[in-house]
Amino acid sequence: MSKTLFQKIWEKHLVKTIPDGPDVIYIDKHFIHEVTSPQAFSGIEKRGLSFFRPKKTVATADHNVPTINQHLPIKEELSRIQVQKLVDNCKNHHVELYGLGHPFQGIVHIIGPELGITQPGMTIVCGDSHTSTHGAFGSVAFGIGTSEVEMVFATQCILQNRPKVMRINIEGTLHKGVVSKDIILYIISKVSASGATGHFVEYAGSAIRSLSMEARMTICNMSIEMGARGGMIAPDETTFEYMKNRLFAPKDDEWEKAMIQWKKLYSDKDAVFDKEIHINATEIEPMITYGTNPGLGITINAHVPTIESIADEGERKNIEHALKYMGLQPGQLLKGMPVQNVFIGSCTNARIEDLRLVASIIKGKTKNKNVKVMIVPGSQQVAAQLKAEGLDVIFNEAGFQIRQAGCSACLGMNEDKVPAGEYCISTSNRNFEGRQGAGSRTLLASPLTAAAAAITGVVTDVRDFLN
Amino acid sequence: MKALKHIQSTFIPLPDDNVDTDQIIPARFLKSTSRDGFGKNLFRDWRYFNNDEAHPKIDFILNKPEYKGSVLVAGKNFGCGSSREHAAWALLDYGFNVVVSSFFADIFKNNALNNGVLPVQVSDDFLQKIFSLKNGSTLSIDLESQTITIDTTGEKENFDINHYKKTCLLNGYDDIDYLISIKNDIINFEKTLA
Repeated sequence: MSKTLFQKIWEKHLVKTIPDGPDVIYIDKHFIHEVTSPQAFSGIEKRGLSFFRPKKTVATADHNVPTINQHLPIKEELSRIQVQKLVDNCKNHHVELYGLGHPFQGIVHIIGPELGITQPGMTIVCGDSHTSTHGAFGSVAFGIGTSEVEMVFATQCILQNRPKVMRINIEGTLHKGVVSKDIILYIISKVSASGATGHFVEYAGSAIRSLSMEARMTICNMSIEMGARGGMIAPDETTFEYMKNRLFAPKDDEWEKAMIQWKKLYSDKDAVFDKEIHINATEIEPMITYGTNPGLGITINAHVPTIESIADEGERKNIEHALKYMGLQPGQLLKGMPVQNVFIGSCTNARIEDLRLVASIIKGKTKNKNVKVMIVPGSQQVAAQLKAEGLDVIFNEAGFQIRQAGCSACLGMNEDKVPAGEYCISTSNRNFEGRQGAGSRTLLASPLTAAAAAITGVVTDVRDFLN
Repeated sequence: MKALKHIQSTFIPLPDDNVDTDQIIPARFLKSTSRDGFGKNLFRDWRYFNNDEAHPKIDFILNKPEYKGSVLVAGKNFGCGSSREHAAWALLDYGFNVVVSSFFADIFKNNALNNGVLPVQVSDDFLQKIFSLKNGSTLSIDLESQTITIDTTGEKENFDINHYKKTCLLNGYDDIDYLISIKNDIINFEKTLA
């Protein structure tokens, strides 16, 4: 019988199905971080359970860490305690930790792939909704809650209802100035912030095939922003090329054996999806969001919708509320609007290719004097690569602040925050109210669009820079 | 986990759609290493100006003392965004045992169920009917019969929950208890993966 890529992996990891209940799924790789794991550790301890398969869990500190002076003790007490708790828990339960000061430390969804821990065909979970990032390698990867983290600690399994499957096909060639972030913001603007709920999404088509692994990760990363349980892309030569020689990737004979399995990871020709969407790549232009969920996106030259243009009463209310929070007028053009902050970072867009894109736009230029620009590499390895390539010189000369690895202003958990009422063009994944700090106003966009705004100080069509 | 069978309560209406978990509990309150005490920060930035408890936003529903109850009724796509289970802990700690909406985000739904907070999904029409009720009206939620009833009119709707989860909630069992009970199956399964 024809199967989708998702079905192939799910069924291989199916321990059992509970009648009129969820499936028991075996987890190959579990990533943890300091924020959503402490209660899971104390949970198994309270129950007197041992950590079942500690070698299948990898930890890092990312959400709550400062991005300056990481060699010093963390100033803020609660953050310091939480990060220390992770260190203690990992030591007590024999879990590998790439903590602060370790050369592999970084945002959990950036270090997994770059170290070759993330591999095709795996089931991967993490107490973080952006775990879908790892699906770019053809794995079934999704975010879980802390109770589920505890289940994996105790049994290496979780209970999950089997999601439906959706395929989004993007065919054709992208316009100049359009990158993977624009693709996913475009998709979410079409599907809405809840349109893929209950589904696992496979991204396919020639436009997806043409993307690098890092660009594919950006797309899978934001699957949750349309409600999807996860996103995935079938592995191909691009995937294998990226994987080869990564630290924890299989070597020699093991590599050959793995390749035999990995090459079977695709949706069969006649596989049936619960829903399919077709998009022509040429429809897609540089995107920006104007509202307070990632589905409220428009092309860079478009006007914010007028209230009258929205048919659905509920949606009209939502948008009115969002525009009020954002300090925007219905029908307004965003292009040309001043911004006070640019944030380049997060598990969505803090890989070396993202930083190269930024450098390509700003080289030899200086940031606008009214804009604060923060660039936060996704990992220590990305930070080292940035220096090796001399991108740090370009960023420093432009007046950008280069920080140390962490989640930073994506969620404003540490001290990196956008002040209330100010606008921030951000390469991150969420524009929720207060996401980047209480009262912050986030405009999600690609690294190219963010870079252009850093130079001009206003919302800018990056294509004006390219010509 | 506490068992949950039948609840009759007044409710608190929050008719906004797409209430994300960053609103339910902002990230800066996720620094605790325990599961307790999140209720005081539930909807923190919707409740207070400048994070100041001395300056409540009096129009926000949780700041209106005449609205009370253990049932929260919210607009569609409740709990979208971050996977933080702290959102479910905050709702429970504040005193909510049931959340009613016409649509829930997946991860939130799992997290709620794993903490004995019952997500009750109703039709858009039924949701609007609840929103139009006078304050002080009560709702009855019965897990055994999977029904939610507007007590004043007797109108009721069935809601979905799978048999496994229903049994867990009725008895206060959780998934870890179940997984531990099948540990031998898991060990045998591992051998097939190698």
